[in-house]
Amino acid sequence: MKIVSALVLSLVFLWALPVNAQVDVYEFETVEQEQRFRQLSNDFRCPMCQNANLTGSPGGVAADLRREIYRMIMEGQTDRQIEEFMLARYGDFVLYKPRLTLQTIFLWFGPLLFLIAGVWFLVGFVRNGGDASDKKSVTLSSEELARLSRLLHDKSIKPSDADSPKRSGGKA
Amino acid sequence: MKNMILYLPVLGFLVLGGMMWRGLYLDSRTLPSALIDRPLPEFELRSLELGDRLVTRQDLPNEPFILNIWGSYCLPCLQENPIFMAAMENKIIPIVGVNYKDRDDAAREWLDDNGNPFTLNIIDDTGRYGIDLGVYGAPETFIVDASGVIRFKHIGVIDYRIWDDEIMPAIAAVRAEGS
Repeated sequence: MKIVSALVLSLVFLWALPVNAQVDVYEFETVEQEQRFRQLSNDFRCPMCQNANLTGSPGGVAADLRREIYRMIMEGQTDRQIEEFMLARYGDFVLYKPRLTLQTIFLWFGPLLFLIAGVWFLVGFVRNGGDASDKKSVTLSSEELARLSRLLHDKSIKPSDADSPKRSGGKA
Repeated sequence: MKNMILYLPVLGFLVLGGMMWRGLYLDSRTLPSALIDRPLPEFELRSLELGDRLVTRQDLPNEPFILNIWGSYCLPCLQENPIFMAAMENKIIPIVGVNYKDRDDAAREWLDDNGNPFTLNIIDDTGRYGIDLGVYGAPETFIVDASGVIRFKHIGVIDYRIWDDEIMPAIAAVRAEGS
């Protein structure tokens, strides 16, 4: 029984292995080179199939770019040099994590801006006792108070009748 | 002043909404080229025409020309071929082909069958030169000026509308600057 379940389990794993991995037959001299290759192929976006990185892309150009990354790693180029190679040819698009430039500054700090604005608004809101409008504007003159009380208590006035310009307290 | 602040969320909504509205109509399929206003990358490759002799940038026209990335497997290339044929016959502009990730025999057969609008066909069977050009699939079309600088790029098929509305004006602009 144990053998059967072990077999079934290994079948499951065998089944799962090829998913989302374009298997290239590249040979590396060190584990570190291989790890860098994996990392870089994951970090660059495929220019052709847009919503996949170079690792997960079956597109022709993705395979070519993986080959170039392999070549550059074996030539001893740094990650920085490889990134510059990609940027010079395909532009900022290949980076999942955009560089900090004047163009992307809003992208990087926009969320912070929204957070500050939100906190600022919230603080103001709470200080006002849960009412965003200014309390001071509600002070009415005695004349207005009398009119308001008249409007509120006189049941013969229909809502449409209260259509005068000074309906500030009306509930219509 | 206090009341103005109350309008801030509305303003924020309008700004963000405006940007997203614009985003709906941006074409995310075509990437802006990183190579505009940069010299055409160097190469030393075989050509379909010149046998074993390797061609370089020295073999390219000394006037503005079109560089078209094509392959015999590429259906849109077939679609734009008549436009290039007409451009060649009317001597509008020289067109250089880059036969991208193709087989030589298949490429020659394709040119025999459909007509050859190219003054020269550079063979990039590995796709390595395509990477230097920032190409990610045929067809792609560049306009290179007389001094060998890339001035314009179109990704995807060129139809008559695109030829009239985008390619011809771009050629005119490059010529106007060159003279």
